[in-house]
Amino acid sequence: MTVASAKKDLGSPLPVKRRKGFDKQGKLAFWLLLPACVAVFGVIIYPMFRTLIVSLFQVNSALASVTPFVGLGNYLTVLSNSDFWASIGRTLYFTLVSTALELILGLIVAGLLNANLKWRWLFRTIVVIPWAIPTIVNAAMWKGIFNAQYGALNALLTQLGIIQNYQAWLADPTLALNMVILADVWKTVPLVAFFLLAGLTAIPPELYEAAKLDRASWPRIFRSIVLPMLVPSISIVLVLRTVEAFKVFDIIYAMTRGGPVNGTATVAYYAYETAFSDQNFGVGSAISYIITIFILVLSAVYLRLLRRSDLSLL
Amino acid sequence: MKRATRNSLLIHVAAWIVAIACLAPIGYMVLASITPQRVLITTPLQWIPSTFDFSRYATIFAGGADSVGTTFRAAMLNSTVVAIGTVAISMVVGILGAYAFARLRFRFRRAILVLFLATYMLPQIATLIPLYLILNSIGLLDTTAGLTFVDCALVIPFVLWILSNYFMTIPEELEEAARVDGTTRMGALWYVVLPAARPGIFAAIMFAFLLAWDEFMYALIFTSSDASKTLPVAISEFAGRYTTDFGLVAAGGIIAALPPLIVAIIFQRYVVSGMAAGAVKG
Repeated sequence: MTVASAKKDLGSPLPVKRRKGFDKQGKLAFWLLLPACVAVFGVIIYPMFRTLIVSLFQVNSALASVTPFVGLGNYLTVLSNSDFWASIGRTLYFTLVSTALELILGLIVAGLLNANLKWRWLFRTIVVIPWAIPTIVNAAMWKGIFNAQYGALNALLTQLGIIQNYQAWLADPTLALNMVILADVWKTVPLVAFFLLAGLTAIPPELYEAAKLDRASWPRIFRSIVLPMLVPSISIVLVLRTVEAFKVFDIIYAMTRGGPVNGTATVAYYAYETAFSDQNFGVGSAISYIITIFILVLSAVYLRLLRRSDLSLL
Repeated sequence: MKRATRNSLLIHVAAWIVAIACLAPIGYMVLASITPQRVLITTPLQWIPSTFDFSRYATIFAGGADSVGTTFRAAMLNSTVVAIGTVAISMVVGILGAYAFARLRFRFRRAILVLFLATYMLPQIATLIPLYLILNSIGLLDTTAGLTFVDCALVIPFVLWILSNYFMTIPEELEEAARVDGTTRMGALWYVVLPAARPGIFAAIMFAFLLAWDEFMYALIFTSSDASKTLPVAISEFAGRYTTDFGLVAAGGIIAALPPLIVAIIFQRYVVSGMAAGAVKG
């Protein structure tokens, strides 16, 4: 039974009573939700509003006393800056590649987590590990692995005879971005896999048995049963990962500080640099608003897809 | 029959590859943390050193006032305080809110829920400057209390989402039976819904703890001294300052990763059941 239909079934027998209880329930709901609203809206929505105001002024220091109103000037400055568009390009590349890799590898690992393995509990415990490693530790770890002088990747590849000389993995802008993606994917695939596993376990076993009776092949079972049943989980993962990837900051800060030659400066890092290193708070606020708009547009598209997939709550 | 054996073998080989991919980088970090510095930087790398060097752990746990140990131990304490505080507050606030979303009928229910979920989409960076000023004006800048407060706002939407989905899968009849016996709604939530929602609660605790322990951007901007600096900030400083001593960074990283690792391993079995009921209509 689906959650949506369960709700309807419970709703039908008591239509009269419900009307009377409506206001009482509304009042209770108000008090129950008040703490969450104060915490979340006070720390996120209200500051977002203040940032909008800052983005309309020229603010060049935290203690600035002269802050002329510039209207949309900060936005025009940002939008006409090629550095900004380059950072958007890198962010889109990071988002697209990391989300795609995480989804594909996540599906495979989810299948393995769900498979009839001998030591399944041990396998699940091992797969959870990368997810639990804090992002900053993960970044420091991969920075060590990719190190040009003593890194494990160089040691491994030379000892296997794959490369002749030690490479500087984080010294080339494009290569560095791909290496950061690799580190991010390593940490995130388990999370995606467990998410998809939750969807996989919800598929009734009878479906597989019926398919087996029909002697359906594996690719066919995957295409006709697994994929359609997983659409809700896949769409949630897509939304969450796309948004997270678009906002990526921590791993960039800890691994490369946006370098080399801005090669890994994603748009969130660019906003951070502008606001906090250059002390250009007005322009930094404008960039963060442009990021917000990008994300809201992305998520509006996604939410529409989600609603179509008949998600329980939306 | 033969095809089944071959498939099973294939699956086991694939599982081995995934397991090695998960463990190898961490294994290297563990080895690096106990390899003497001069062995660590030799080429070709000697993977397993002939002698082990535990001095970095000694520095971190027992180092004197001028060593990195002091900062690290302070950060460990701060991270623990902030993470536990954030989880506790978020769980209480989240359970109450999730119950309202799952059971009560009120105006704008869906709009409010979507708004909560939408806050997750907003970039943290867009709140930093005003939050800095607010925290500064109420004297909570560079305090663990201030950091806990802002971290809660990140964690609560997640908890609300996981729990309201989970609460909806618990049959309403259970609760109604209790209420016929004269229990209030809050009584029913405590005595009936919460025990039935245990997997969802554990999954939410695990998510909340990992999120709070991992949080970096707020900590980077809002903390500056040993009074409130958390482990992610301390480690990123370490990694910036001791670029040549990967062993020390590795040792710190392993200690910082232990608490979330333990939590994740203990609660791992609830994640699937906690989300299976919630995230997907089942």
